[in-house]
Amino acid sequence: MRRARARLALAAAALAAGVVLAQERAIPPGELKSGSVFLGSDLRALQNDDFANPGMLWVERGERLWSELAGKKTLACASCHKDTSMRGVAASYPKIDKASGKLVNLEDRINLCRTGRMDAEPLRYESEELLALTAYVARQSLGLPIATRIDGAARAHFEAGRAAYHLRRGQMNLSCAHCHDAQWGKRLLSETISQGHPNAYPAYRMEWQTIGSLQRRIRACLSGIRAEMLPYGSPEYLDLELYLAWRAQGLPIETPGVRR
Amino acid sequence: MAARIQIPRQAKRGEVIEVRILIQHPMETGYRHDDVGHLIKRNVITVLSCRYNGVEVFRADLSSGISANPYVQFYTVAQASGDLEFTWIDDEGERGSERQSIVVKG
Ligand code: HEC
Ligand code: HEC
Repeated sequence: MRRARARLALAAAALAAGVVLAQERAIPPGELKSGSVFLGSDLRALQNDDFANPGMLWVERGERLWSELAGKKTLACASCHKDTSMRGVAASYPKIDKASGKLVNLEDRINLCRTGRMDAEPLRYESEELLALTAYVARQSLGLPIATRIDGAARAHFEAGRAAYHLRRGQMNLSCAHCHDAQWGKRLLSETISQGHPNAYPAYRMEWQTIGSLQRRIRACLSGIRAEMLPYGSPEYLDLELYLAWRAQGLPIETPGVRR
Repeated sequence: MAARIQIPRQAKRGEVIEVRILIQHPMETGYRHDDVGHLIKRNVITVLSCRYNGVEVFRADLSSGISANPYVQFYTVAQASGDLEFTWIDDEGERGSERQSIVVKG
C-alpha cells in the first residue's frame, strides 16, 4: 500500500515535471521551423545545392585538415577517429566534458583534442581552421535531429542559458525572446525574424561574405540591439548555446546553412 | 586558393555538359575600410579561364562587385576524354588552378 502510494507520488511528480517542461517551451515542437524556412527561395536553393553552397568550401577544407598531422605528437584527427565516427556527434552539443565536468561546444571539443591528445596549439575562435573543422564535423550530422541533454551537470548551465535568453539588454532593452519567441515570422527592416535556431551553424552569411560560428551570429544580434558583446568562448555564450539547442530539440542539422 | 569543380564524370560525344566552379577568394572590393579607417586594397580575381584538353572553351573577366567566393556555371560540348583545367589570377598576381577529368564515349 505504502509502496503503491509512493509510486503514485512519483508518477505525479514526473507528470508535473513534464507539464512544467512543456509549458517552458514558447514554441511547441510541432511549430519548430528552421531559419532556412524564412529565407528567400534563392538562398534556400543555394543552401540545398551541395555543390554551390559556399559553406562547402570550408567543409572540404575541414576534410583535408582532418587527416593533416599536427602537434608535438604528430597525430591527425584521423589517427584516432574513423572517418564515419562523427555522425550524430554535432547534434549532441553543447555537452558536459566528462574529464573536466565543464560545458563545451563543438569548437571547444575539437580544441580539447588538439591540446589534450595531440599536444597542439588550440585553434582560435573564428579562425579559418576551426570553422573548417567544426563545419566538417557538423556536416556529418546532416539531417539528424538536435538531441542535447540538460540533465545532471548540464542542468545548471541550461538554467543559466534560459535566464540569459530572457534577459533584457542593450540600449533597446530587448531579450532574445522578444524577437525569436514573440515576433518570429515578422519583418525587421529587410529581414524576416526566424525562431533563432542553431541548427545551421557554422553558416555562410552573405553579409559576412564568409562562414561564421553560432557565437558570431549571437554577437551580431547583441550588436543589433546595442548590447555588450562578450568575448568569444565566454561561459554565458555556452549556456545560451545549450538553451538554444534545447529550444530546437528535434530540428535537423543543416550545416553549413546559407543566410542573408 | 581552393576551388571545387563539378562536371559529369562520363558523357557521350557531342553531349552538352554543365560545368560549375566555386572558388574560395575574398573578392575584396577596394571600397571597404578597415577598423582604423584605412582603405583595404582591392583584390579580386580578374581573369578566369577554362581549357578543355588545352583549348580555351571559356573565359571571364571578373571585377569588383562580384561576391566573395565566386560561383560560375557554363555549358560546353563533350568532345573527347581528357581534362578541363581552370586557371585564374587576382589583382595581387596570385594564381590558382584546378582540374577535373572526363571520360567521353561514342
Ligand atoms: C531585435 C530582434 C532580435 C533580438 C533581440 C535578437 N535577435 Fe537573433 N536574429 C534577429 C534577426 C533579424 C536575425 C536574422 C534573421 C533570422 O535568421 O532570424 C537573427 C538571427 C539569429 C540566429 C540565427 C538563426 C538562423 O537560422 O540563422 C540566432 C541563433 C539568433 N538570432 C539568436 C539570438 C539570441 C541568442 C539572442 C539574444 C542574445 C538574439 N538572437 C536576439 C533578430 C534578433
Ligand atoms: C590521440 C587520439 C585523438 C586525436 C588525435 C583526436 N582525438 Fe578526438 N577524441 C579522442 C578521444 C579518446 C575522444 C573521447 C572523448 C574524450 O576525450 O573524453 C575524442 C572525442 C572527440 C570528439 C567528441 C565526440 C563525442 O562523441 O562527443 C570530437 C568532436 C573529436 N574528438 C574531434 C577531434 C578532432 C576534430 C581532432 C583533430 C583536430 C581529434 N578529435 C583528434 C581522441 C583523439
